[in-house]
Amino acid sequence: MAFEPGKIYAVWLREVKRFTNSKARIVSSLGQPILFLVALGGGLSAMLPGFNYLAFILPGIMAMTVMFTSIFSGVSIIWDREFGFLKEMLAAPTSRETIVLGRILGGATTAVFQGTVMFILGMLFTGVPIPPLMGIIGIFVLMTIFSCYLVAAGIAIASVVQEVETFQLLMNFLVMPLFFLSSALFPINQMPSWLQDISGLNPVSYAVDGMRGMLIGTSTFTIAYDFGVSLAVLLVAFLAASYFFNKTSI
Amino acid sequence: MDAVVVEKLEKKFNGFTAVDKISFNVKRGELFGFLGPNGAGKSTTIYMLTTLIAPTSGTANVNGFDIRTDSEAVRKSIGIVFQDPTVDIRLTAYDNLDIHGRLYGMAAQARKERIREVLELVELTEWKDKMVKTFSGGMRRRLEIARGLLHTPEVLFLDEPTLGLDPQTRRHIWQYIEKLRKGGIAMMLTTHYLEEADYLCDRVAIIDHGRIKALDTPRNLKGIIGGNIIRIEAREPQKLAEMLKKNGCCKAPKVEGTIVSFEVKEGGKLVPKIMSAASKAGIDVENIEMRMPSLEDVFIHYTGTSIREEKGAGGDMMMRRRARGF
Ligand SMILES: Nc1ncnc2c1ncn2[C@@H]1O[C@H](COP(=O)(O)OP(=O)(O)OP(=O)(O)O)[C@@H](O)[C@H]1O
Ligand SMILES: [Mg+2]
Repeated sequence: MAFEPGKIYAVWLREVKRFTNSKARIVSSLGQPILFLVALGGGLSAMLPGFNYLAFILPGIMAMTVMFTSIFSGVSIIWDREFGFLKEMLAAPTSRETIVLGRILGGATTAVFQGTVMFILGMLFTGVPIPPLMGIIGIFVLMTIFSCYLVAAGIAIASVVQEVETFQLLMNFLVMPLFFLSSALFPINQMPSWLQDISGLNPVSYAVDGMRGMLIGTSTFTIAYDFGVSLAVLLVAFLAASYFFNKTSI
Repeated sequence: MDAVVVEKLEKKFNGFTAVDKISFNVKRGELFGFLGPNGAGKSTTIYMLTTLIAPTSGTANVNGFDIRTDSEAVRKSIGIVFQDPTVDIRLTAYDNLDIHGRLYGMAAQARKERIREVLELVELTEWKDKMVKTFSGGMRRRLEIARGLLHTPEVLFLDEPTLGLDPQTRRHIWQYIEKLRKGGIAMMLTTHYLEEADYLCDRVAIIDHGRIKALDTPRNLKGIIGGNIIRIEAREPQKLAEMLKKNGCCKAPKVEGTIVSFEVKEGGKLVPKIMSAASKAGIDVENIEMRMPSLEDVFIHYTGTSIREEKGAGGDMMMRRRARGF
């Protein structure tokens, strides 16, 4: 595999341009998390005096934003196949790994941008104190790793599944469970034990846990452990994306 | 070495043979045509030559590189205009070209220069900053051609470049293709429009059911038919055909409805003879027509069916194109 930065940039550029060209996509991907934050956070906070639930779910909501955009971005290879652009990429003198890498970075850029918007909104309206600089950097790095592995997972799935009809199905039966069966909305150590088990197997839990630790100082695992698990998942997801995308045809 | 050298190239899809061990060459600077009805195997051949699908057996060299073992070098040498649209409609025309140039590793200066050139060639300069989703089908097609040429390929593949376009736009695209030919690039074009193959191509291969049935210049292909085609419209076509066979005017007249048609060496002398023979036998001739053979006749000669009979399916393809291009 040759390292082709110019070509990786080309694939990245396309992802980012498509994103900035579509105002609707930007707005719609922020609408749902804001709704969650306001309705769920606001509502439950009132019922749980003495516990800043809003602060607790802010990292979960940021993760949700990142998840939607990342997986959507990876899985949208299905649409590229349907609308033909995949042929343009596969016919170019560009290695498959380059395409995978460019898409991961492009998808992560748009997703982290939106996660950042949620972060800023959260700082402004939830009363969570602004974390120290090291914490902010850590949150960004973890959010980026998280986003990259989700895009990669999306690419791997889209390379195997290929049918447009399954797109919605995937979004509902993959993204929703990953989100709800994680530590995004509830503290793991207060869940019933069966849910704790599931949530412990769900990589999303670790990304959320790490971000929460760095944002408000409470976490179930150590930050290092959260990073470790997330990096391991990224490696596996990247290898899977490369492997399956390499096998894909027009 | 020729631009494209194809040897016994074969593609099977789950036992179904789409391309059946075909061989041909495309010379440097030549415009080579692949003429065949829907499902003949044209696109499948293009996909193999452009390394997008692997052949079942046989091989081909494109610009001197083996499509099986040297796909990266092949890809660098070629430009492709696919049958189905492949531009990104959510990007501007300029961005589509820019990203293509980057994917092909073009340096910044050369890329900008070439984008300007190809936009001018297909007359889209004014539209360069518009989103492609606002383009008409013809404009999108022109953009695809511009993109296929951007990285100055040695060989250009055009898979049905004018499918679904109106006659005026089609002529327009023919003009670009002719301009390119003057520039000396080798081109391989597929089509199921007879006029297109006839008008544009230096040599034409007639392909049907995955096999090449004939391959020559349009002129020579038409020469195979011999002299002329005679078509007679008569009230009693069967009787007329019998008579013509008996008096030696022709060997194998074909009867379709009220039309009797056949191929002859020299039609000019035969027409008066037929007319007088018919009136002697008391057969009414409504209309008699003599013409030079077209590629349509050549096609029928080799495949036994008219390429136009496939029109229904062709219409479908156009519908799909439009639906997808949305
Ligand atoms: N991926 C595939 N799987 C199975 N069969 C296929 C596949 N691709 C093509 N075929 C079959 O191979 C044959 C040749 O198809 P191809 O697309 O090459 O035809 P074509 O000459 O390009 O036709 P058209 O003018 O309609 O574009 C057809 O019968 C088609 O159904
Ligand atoms: Mg085709």
